[in-house]
Amino acid sequence: MSVHATTSQTVGPFFKIGLEWLYRDNLIVEGVSGERVTIQGRVLDGDGLPVPDAFVEIWQANAHGKYNHPEDTQDKPLEPGFNGYGRVPTNAEGMFRFNTIKPGPVPGPNGKQQAPHLAVSVFMRGVLRRLVTRMYFPDDERNSGDHILNLVEAARRTTLIAKNTADDPGSLKWNVVLQGPEETVFFDLGL
Amino acid sequence: MNRIAGYRPPLPGTQPNHLHHPYVSSIKRAPTKPLVPIPYTLSEVTGPTFGTEIVAPKASDLTHGRSGEPLGERIIVSGRVFDEDNRPLANTLVEIWQANAAGRYLHEVDQHQAPLDPNFTGCGRAITDAEGRYRFLTIRPGEYPWRNHYNSWRPAHIHFSLFGPAFATRLVTQMYFPGDPLLSFDPIFNCTADEEARSRLISVFDWESTLPEHALGYRFDIVLRGRDATPMEE
Repeated sequence: MSVHATTSQTVGPFFKIGLEWLYRDNLIVEGVSGERVTIQGRVLDGDGLPVPDAFVEIWQANAHGKYNHPEDTQDKPLEPGFNGYGRVPTNAEGMFRFNTIKPGPVPGPNGKQQAPHLAVSVFMRGVLRRLVTRMYFPDDERNSGDHILNLVEAARRTTLIAKNTADDPGSLKWNVVLQGPEETVFFDLGL
Repeated sequence: MNRIAGYRPPLPGTQPNHLHHPYVSSIKRAPTKPLVPIPYTLSEVTGPTFGTEIVAPKASDLTHGRSGEPLGERIIVSGRVFDEDNRPLANTLVEIWQANAAGRYLHEVDQHQAPLDPNFTGCGRAITDAEGRYRFLTIRPGEYPWRNHYNSWRPAHIHFSLFGPAFATRLVTQMYFPGDPLLSFDPIFNCTADEEARSRLISVFDWESTLPEHALGYRFDIVLRGRDATPMEE
């Protein structure tokens, strides 16, 4: 006899008191391999206004394309101290920021490798169940063959790919837009 | 090639839609375009794991750590975390946060005219044991007004955040208390169509975990998504 998963509820406006202890905006540990990147963006609502009471979580593989998780049985090295998890709140301007490394490719459907990406969850007051999306990296030729990106209509794929910032190499910009013409693609994982 | 077993979709009606008009904050924040269904990959069936050392033993006692006793009624909130196949989920991080007995959060944005309690921060965490059990000692939170609609009040509740074994199993929810007359008015509690699913957000009084002459016990079991039995076909 099976039971059904507990219903999701909003995090509300006051999550900071319970979740701040695990805020992690810097995934880089000393000696970790991989290209350093800074990811900065804003969460924007249906009026284009910043969302000051959201938080963003990321989950990613290391530079070899290996997840620090027992279900990743690939013969690839783990990086000591690199967990792959980050959590940051937005500030009064709706901004969030992570320092991390660009992950390597991981296996995907049809036996093909996926383009490097972050798995992203977004939570906030007003959102009753978490928003699931991905962030991909700019100018990566592997994006064009990525199975998940190709499930998204071409015109909306750009919402999943971070942009370079002209003056600062390694500094990426990626917004989470909740509504409107630039609305970020959110995924259905069944939840 | 490796086929990946995913996680089962929810029973229809047991999870909220993103847009729920009575909850006004959802109107400008719910996605307006259909979600894009994607197959499970290694990215979704893995997820952050945390060792037991990340949580101090006393982190599950919200009445502890200040100079004095917090005001309000002491309660024990305990339960099991398991999946849809009734398998206990061990070593899962459970984070909670809540208002104090007067209905006030220790948060700079909360300006409700109710007193803060210098002996209560309202946050706790625990890691489930081998049987998926967790247990918190805390204070029964107060109800509080909010600005969703005229004379709107949130029923007493405790926020819960859980990870489970994978990115796919992440859950944030709220626990309520039995017999709360505010439940029927609350658009957040009522955002889910399925009545039985809603009822499982309400804890039950638990005589077994009640501590004599010290604290009433409430039981709140949490179910995270179960695994597909067979790997997905592509």
